[in-house]
Amino acid sequence: MPTVSMTVNGKSVSGEIEGRTLLVDFLREGLRLTGTHVGCDTSQCGACVVHVNGASVKACTVFAQELDGADVRTIEGMANEDGSLGIIQAAFRDNHGLQCGFCTPGMVMSAADLLAQNNNPTEHEVREWLEGNICRCTGYHNIVKSILAAAAVMRGEAQAAE
Amino acid sequence: MTKHDGIGGSMKRREDQRFLTGVGRYTDDINRPGQAYAHFLRSDVAYGRITKLDVSAAEGMPGVLKVFTAEDFADAGGLPTAWQVTSRDGSAQQEPKHPILAEGFVRHVGEGLAVVVAETLEQARDASEAIEVEIDELPAVTDMKEALEDGAQKVHEELISNLCFDWGFLEDNKAAVDAAFETAHHVTTLELVNNRCVANPMEPRCAVAEYDTGTDEYTLFTTSQNPHVIRLLMGAFVLNIPETKLRVVAPDVGGAFGSKIYHYGEEAFVTRAAKVLGRPVKWTSTRTEAFVTDAQGRDHVTTIEMALDEKGMFLAFRTETYANMGAYLRLFATVTPTYLHGPAAGGPYRTPLAYVNVKAVFTNTVPVDAYRGAGRPECTYQLERLVDKAAMEMNIDPIEIRRQNFVKPGEFPYQTPLAVEYDSGNYHATLDKMMEISNYAGLAARKAESSANGKLRGFGCATWVECSGLAPSQLIGALGARAGLYESATVRVNPTGGISVFTGTHAHGQGHETAFAQIVADKLGIDADTIEIVHGDTSKVPFGMGTYGSRSGAVGGAAIASATDKIIAKAKKFAAHLVEASEADVELADGKFTVAGTDKSVAWGDVALAAYVPHNYPSDTLEPGLEETAFFDPVNFVYPAGAYGCEVEVDPDTGKVEVLSFAAADDFGVVINPMIVAGQQHGGVAQGVGQAVLENTVYDASGQLLSASYMDYALPRADDLPNFVVDHSVFTVCTHNPLGVKGCGEAGAIGAPPAVVNAVLDALAPLGVHEIDMPLTPSRVWKAIQAAQPAAAAE
Repeated sequence: MPTVSMTVNGKSVSGEIEGRTLLVDFLREGLRLTGTHVGCDTSQCGACVVHVNGASVKACTVFAQELDGADVRTIEGMANEDGSLGIIQAAFRDNHGLQCGFCTPGMVMSAADLLAQNNNPTEHEVREWLEGNICRCTGYHNIVKSILAAAAVMRGEAQAAE
Repeated sequence: MTKHDGIGGSMKRREDQRFLTGVGRYTDDINRPGQAYAHFLRSDVAYGRITKLDVSAAEGMPGVLKVFTAEDFADAGGLPTAWQVTSRDGSAQQEPKHPILAEGFVRHVGEGLAVVVAETLEQARDASEAIEVEIDELPAVTDMKEALEDGAQKVHEELISNLCFDWGFLEDNKAAVDAAFETAHHVTTLELVNNRCVANPMEPRCAVAEYDTGTDEYTLFTTSQNPHVIRLLMGAFVLNIPETKLRVVAPDVGGAFGSKIYHYGEEAFVTRAAKVLGRPVKWTSTRTEAFVTDAQGRDHVTTIEMALDEKGMFLAFRTETYANMGAYLRLFATVTPTYLHGPAAGGPYRTPLAYVNVKAVFTNTVPVDAYRGAGRPECTYQLERLVDKAAMEMNIDPIEIRRQNFVKPGEFPYQTPLAVEYDSGNYHATLDKMMEISNYAGLAARKAESSANGKLRGFGCATWVECSGLAPSQLIGALGARAGLYESATVRVNPTGGISVFTGTHAHGQGHETAFAQIVADKLGIDADTIEIVHGDTSKVPFGMGTYGSRSGAVGGAAIASATDKIIAKAKKFAAHLVEASEADVELADGKFTVAGTDKSVAWGDVALAAYVPHNYPSDTLEPGLEETAFFDPVNFVYPAGAYGCEVEVDPDTGKVEVLSFAAADDFGVVINPMIVAGQQHGGVAQGVGQAVLENTVYDASGQLLSASYMDYALPRADDLPNFVVDHSVFTVCTHNPLGVKGCGEAGAIGAPPAVVNAVLDALAPLGVHEIDMPLTPSRVWKAIQAAQPAAAAE
């Protein structure tokens, strides 16, 4: 079996994989990083969104072996160094932007990519951006609110709660 | 304690830390040592006789441990149904066996034929392709009315017909209702379809089981809303395992909406297979499998009629509904269109006479069961559509016709003609609040603005009452339930003062770990941070019925409150001894026991410690320890109610519906955590809007499911929905549970669909479109507009 090496959340990792092993399976089963979820089999739901070389990618749609040498970031790598929640994570908590939590990692990773590109999105832009992330619990109201709140903190216009 | 973490405070959820950092523990995150993987080979035809099922080649494939078929479960029972519904003629519902794997026949696409268990999932999948299957196809039964015709192909040969039951409610009302129609000033009739939905929690189902040879004990980790119910059903009725040898754990569960109530064959499969193979066995559903195996929801075809007097007062209504059961009966399949449907069918109105008739029908489709709201969305939809149609026919404002027919605030408790008694409500007040928060006053100007832009704007109202907080055991027992629906709680005060609360309910997004801690914190006056909520493990929590039917707060929360009251009563005895006072003089406030009228007091922590260090107290009259259990069995349902207003804009050229705004004013009784409750309103409304505008479950004539992926089944996305304006400030207190709460989980899914459809019909009224069925897709709306145009032109 081929071996793949990559950086995941700042750590060098490697593992033997089958050619058909998806990135999400490598993360979940190979590295036991189970925060990245699988919610569908047609690349629609976005529960598996991670960052590959800084951009959001659906981890169910890329083979692990394609990512030799890549820099991958998952939900487990989103907290601050002291373990406290990052700005986007805190905004989701403060605005009740999650219920069952299953879509949440993908939402946070997707939002992080959006806000890295545009830290002052309109509500409409946030909703359009989330087109590839499905949530069945929240009706998106509080997810959108969370992302706009995180953007305000990033711009220095608002303080994170606590 | 602060106001923040007592009842009424929007305490942030303690669950969120783990979910936001990727360390939640869902069932598929669990791997057990030596685990093998199961893959189900499923039928790709809807109906047929299995003439060949040869697994020998598959058993020789790499990594395969065993291939299971129905023969391996010959001794197992069928998956049970929890409710006995009796037909109008006194006969019992027809109840075919629902096997773990297909026995001789397949009856819906997705039914399990065989299961490969292998060292890896990939090996199991590969080997399943080597199973040889031949099925002699039979004509699939997919249309309910055709299914009931004489000579129709039967879904189950051994049954009399495809009619599961023909139920009347209340049958004694029927003659008086029919008589009222004979003499009524006006009769409004409406035929409609309540489209079949798929619940689609984002976490697919999963089950992992292991067996301990030394102790003969099984452990099942599963995606369930009610682990004790699964243990009872699977142990007692399917696999014959006593409770003492079966532990069921439902860890973090990623949404459910009803679809994870039922005991599924995959759970029984992995449990049995773990013992047969001597290895832990895991099965994880794919999304495609979820579409053909998770219980689906709704799917009613209804004719509803209202008799009115000359002023538009409701005199009587009657319904005839065909309810699709699918190919087999799941757990709540027969109660959903009957006792979860009929009692709420009168809505918030004082209609004196009512009769509900439901015919349940077997078809070669995926089994149908309770989906968020379960029966109440269906009865609310038909009534609220009918009310709008009656208003139009009689030229009465749709808001006014509702207002004049509401049960009045002074009329509670209100005995309906449909067996239930509403304990409290103020329907006029929630309607007023909805009109305020939806800015109804500005509607005419907004309509004019849309019109100037070539668009059609419409406003739709829907008001609703549900019977939830399932359920008074004595009442439902009389109605055919095979279980009680009380709830349990154990409150354990630990020696250093921290508290563990064990609840029989289960959270899968509702935030119980936070809200239930607030209940205890409020009663004891201590910080919620010292209170943990434990749920989801039959080895830890007392027997309880789980979470569905908006019951967790109203029944489970009430059990926690009752158990906490017992704790307070006993703690006062310890406190009285410690401060050398009479127990009757001891009061608890702000986490401190004080003696009335003195400065003597003892802190909560000292009382807790004393309970476990019984060196010096009257052990002859006071047992050590501070732990109490309560079972709460409600005496009545709870009756949350609300008024919803939806505003839409329709593009007449394309038929595209845009939901511009949605206002929900709900009466949930006392609210424990307003932030969480608002989130439940949002989510429920989103699912209701989804059903109204986007979602449909489509089978072709051969029983193939055409909408079995997120490419085909349109779940609402962020850009399909508006921001919601929700309110729960106008409330009346529930009179028969200790918290005064009413239940909020299902509200939005109940009230939203008619509000949306009424709004679209309001927009389309100028074009002559007065009836349309969900979902309101562009093609459906466009066709309705085109069909109405010749008629409008001729007028």
